[in-house]
Amino acid sequence: MDHTGGHKPPKLPHPDTLALHAGQSPDPATGARAVPIYQTASFVLPDADTAAALFNMEVPGHVYSRLSNPTVAVFEERMAALEGGAGAIATASGQAALHLALVTLMGQGGHVVSSASLYGGSHNLLAYTLPRFGITTTFVPSRDLDGWRRAIRPETRLLFGESVGNPSVDVLDIPALGQLASERQLPLLIDATVTTPVLGRPLEQGAHLVVHSATKFLSGHGVVIGGVLVDGGRFDWSAAGKFPTLTEPYAGFHGMVFAEESTASAFLLRARREGLRDFGACMAPMTAFQILQGIETLPLRMSRHVDSTAKIAEYLATHEAVERVHHPHLATHPDHALAARLYPRGCSAILSFELKGGRDAGRRFIESLTLFSHLANIGDAKSLVIHPASTTHFRMDDQALAAAGIGGGTLRLSVGLEHPGDLIEDLGRAIYASQKA
Amino acid sequence: MTQFIVQGYPAYAYTGGKPHEPREPAIVFVHGAAFDHGVWQWQSRYFAHHGYTVLAVDLPGHGRSPGPLRDSITAIADWVAALIEAAGLERAAIVGHSMGSPVALETAVRHPQRVWKVAVIGAAAPMPVGDAFIAAARDDSPAGLDMEVAWGHARGVLLAQSPVPGTSLHGASRALNARAHAGVLHTDLAACHAWRPPMDAIRALKVPTLVVAGKRDQMTSLKAGRALAAEIPGAKLVTLDAGHSMMSEAPRELLQALKEFLG
Repeated sequence: MDHTGGHKPPKLPHPDTLALHAGQSPDPATGARAVPIYQTASFVLPDADTAAALFNMEVPGHVYSRLSNPTVAVFEERMAALEGGAGAIATASGQAALHLALVTLMGQGGHVVSSASLYGGSHNLLAYTLPRFGITTTFVPSRDLDGWRRAIRPETRLLFGESVGNPSVDVLDIPALGQLASERQLPLLIDATVTTPVLGRPLEQGAHLVVHSATKFLSGHGVVIGGVLVDGGRFDWSAAGKFPTLTEPYAGFHGMVFAEESTASAFLLRARREGLRDFGACMAPMTAFQILQGIETLPLRMSRHVDSTAKIAEYLATHEAVERVHHPHLATHPDHALAARLYPRGCSAILSFELKGGRDAGRRFIESLTLFSHLANIGDAKSLVIHPASTTHFRMDDQALAAAGIGGGTLRLSVGLEHPGDLIEDLGRAIYASQKA
Repeated sequence: MTQFIVQGYPAYAYTGGKPHEPREPAIVFVHGAAFDHGVWQWQSRYFAHHGYTVLAVDLPGHGRSPGPLRDSITAIADWVAALIEAAGLERAAIVGHSMGSPVALETAVRHPQRVWKVAVIGAAAPMPVGDAFIAAARDDSPAGLDMEVAWGHARGVLLAQSPVPGTSLHGASRALNARAHAGVLHTDLAACHAWRPPMDAIRALKVPTLVVAGKRDQMTSLKAGRALAAEIPGAKLVTLDAGHSMMSEAPRELLQALKEFLG
């Protein structure tokens, strides 16, 4: 180690550079600069000994595209690099990524403490579907740290929340929750779909695991469904003593004890070797390619997304027909200071607001918009609008809606990359139309 | 979980997914500064399933092995020899990486009856460590982890496809270092820095020796690896197109070199 005398700490590439290069070398077979789409189900096994070694995890490599694929691996490694994680697993959707995290950590009798302000699909999975498999969830208001603390039980295996809630745009205090999680030897899983690693890195803020719906800002163009699960590699599963899936021999893989097999990658090994193998919600190579195309411009896009959102938030906040605007950019938002601390570059291109005139005004507003598309998605390059209470969150009762910060007249915008002046003009015209009885 | 009592404390060793079997030829894998057995994930599992009994150890104060940190390479080497005895083995091949490579050499010098082959990966003799690195480690500064991970891999690894699909070599390595207790990195680096290699004894080694050097190693240079190989009579030198962390940067190529050497 003789070269290091007097050297300054080495400089590692910036996120903007990682977004373009991490995890990819020019294709060794052809020299292709773009990421090749390895559209193949299987990979030829060179000889019998290597075949056996690959299957038994004695050498790394690709066997079958449900387990791993070179194109998908570029996406996984790029996300791991952007998030500062040990590794990542790409999944068929964001929901599949959340499911994979949950079932890797717990089975029957497991318990989750979750923020109440969640994407409707995640709330469904936790509130209605997983109880059938013996996994239950206690929902707590995202800002109620004592509530989080009180909800933890002996059988709790995970704390879960969204970095910035969708659609309520409340900011989760990840450092405080990370500290609570570490005190109680529980992992903290963050759904960082809304913020992306460009605006904030949950693992550095104190989380242990991260999921994204890659359908949203990561791919950025509304053309694919995909998800990803990233592990920071720092949670001590053995010391916690309550994660037998990682610390006890697994009959499904020759008695492998994942936490012994790999100290930093135990969770990822189990999630891949069991979760992808048996549940099978893997990502297609073409999907990975399309998400990678999006990630190349993610830093540029997020900057425009949040800048335009701030302009729109300011515009709506002063509009006489708008009752309330929910966005942490505004000083009136309860998380304004927290957002400035955790997300100094801006925290969300999602914004919600209440129009005067309630549900009917909301309907007229949506139908009068021309640039904003009325659909169930966020994070597209194009601007989007939806009425959560009747669509994405329609299965939630009024109490759950209120806990998630959604009123009957709440409208959610996902601000796209159009010129902000055009977007404001579109909003102004639609608000005007909405107020005509 | 396989444990032995070594010098009064439990000593953990990962056995590659098969039970320890003292009648089989034995390989002891020794990790580098502030790491643990996890760096040998692929190599230990392969050899355990190909006729060897494998002990990928956690050195004292690292990973799952409690007990005081050893502050010198010779003290670690004595611990390795004691572990071989405690595991019911007459002798073992020692495969060492980075700090583990002077440990392997010292074990062969000080306890020749316990060692049948030596392979050193990312090796140098002596093994000086720069002031900035030692200072950052002493302060438990994140800069120490940055240095370990950046210099511990070939330049550009973060921007290249990983040989281990879905794994960030930088991220996994940094996570493993970060799990080490406060003071471990500093104690280990100081031990490397203070090591005075017994060159006369190294030149007189009778045990078959393999030196694996990375052509893009930023921690222990290719030049240092070549120089060490030249000092040891009959030593075999293999160079790989990789940085310092050859177990993960070039797992297949390293496996091939170890297979050919260990027989």
